[in-house]
Amino acid sequence: MLNIDSLEKGLVIDHIQAGKSMEIYRVLELDKLDCSVAIIKNARSKKTERKDIIKIEDRIDIDLDVLGFIDPHITVNIIDGGQIIEKKQMKLPERVTNVVKCKNPRCITSVEQELDQVFCLTNPEKAQYRCLYCEQEYARK
Amino acid sequence: MKKLISPLDLSTGEIDEIIALADRIMENPSAFAHKCDGKILATLFFEPSTRTRLSFEAAMLSLGGKVLGFSSANSSSAAKGESVADTVRTVECYADIIAMRHPKEGAATVAASKVECPLINAGDGGHQHPTQTLTDLLTIHREKGRLDNLTVGLCGDLKFGRTVHSLIRAMMRYQNIKFILVSPKELQVPDYIRDDLVNGGFDFEEVERLEDAIGAMDILYMTRVQRERFFNEEDYIRLRDSYILDAEKMTMAKSDMIVMHPLPRVNEISTEVDSDPRAAYFRQARCGKFVRMALIMKMLEVE
Repeated sequence: MLNIDSLEKGLVIDHIQAGKSMEIYRVLELDKLDCSVAIIKNARSKKTERKDIIKIEDRIDIDLDVLGFIDPHITVNIIDGGQIIEKKQMKLPERVTNVVKCKNPRCITSVEQELDQVFCLTNPEKAQYRCLYCEQEYARK
Repeated sequence: MKKLISPLDLSTGEIDEIIALADRIMENPSAFAHKCDGKILATLFFEPSTRTRLSFEAAMLSLGGKVLGFSSANSSSAAKGESVADTVRTVECYADIIAMRHPKEGAATVAASKVECPLINAGDGGHQHPTQTLTDLLTIHREKGRLDNLTVGLCGDLKFGRTVHSLIRAMMRYQNIKFILVSPKELQVPDYIRDDLVNGGFDFEEVERLEDAIGAMDILYMTRVQRERFFNEEDYIRLRDSYILDAEKMTMAKSDMIVMHPLPRVNEISTEVDSDPRAAYFRQARCGKFVRMALIMKMLEVE
């Protein structure tokens, strides 16, 4: 078992679907942080066998909507004094802005300058999102 | 109602109001000849569409209003690289209402978010074209006297045909509508439309040959099947005649069935059908002007 130092103060993004941690690292722009960030891939999980975990050694503000959009099963643990002081469960956000791009080449977002890329939740059961403009479904990998 | 992007932006109650007003205008057009005196409609056509643009302009002129605009992106500042957002914000300074067509899907949504004045989507790529749907609904209402209890046949390219998708969705809101979808397998309605039909518990069937189903229809909505949409030449040759409506196929149809087509047609309806009283497509084009008159009045809140 790989050991990463336990956090005194910071965030643990837990229950990330195995393989998704780099996407979250990129979208949350964790590369811009000065503090320590640990990415643990393929950690053992009781629920899903394998999961990814990200540990951040600072109490930064993160966009929970983005995390919920990527994977609503994620939990965020807020750590202070070496203890979990809050556990946040993600949910599918109603809309996300500038997280993913519309891939429809006929969409107005492909040509219009400075237009936000907005996706709206259209079917919560299927976790289905559509582009606000052209209504093309966002295809998850 | 300040913006019309998709046909489903309108409730069936609002559609009823527009149809009722269009009926009144058609009965006595001169009574409406000055309803929009002093008002200006801007027709912003970033891609050419003569029929749609002229019907909007004819509608506004028939209401006593004036029109300005452009008929292709080349003759607008879009050619200089101006955004849709900036174009509509500028035009709003000069016009009371905007009708806009753009080749990109969602362009009207962008425009609508930038202006205060009423804005009508006159087609955004393959996405939405609400005034075509309103035209179709007015035509059905006038020809059949109702929008419920109908068997609606749709024939041709049902996969890429925007007008077909919008009409199906619009008709799904009325009681006891049955759909007969006639197309080659390659050009069947997309899954999301079929899902809506299944989930909504609608009576519908999908058939490959028009001859097999035309007899059951109250309405036959024709669209063009393009050769390049077929995966192989063999299928195209085998099926192409099934999607051409001619006098012989009309003999198999009900005596009160109507034939509709968004126009322009190429060869999917033989010209010999034009003289059949059931051919409603030119009357449908006429409805296009009156439904736009009614819509402009509603959106400008003219009594």
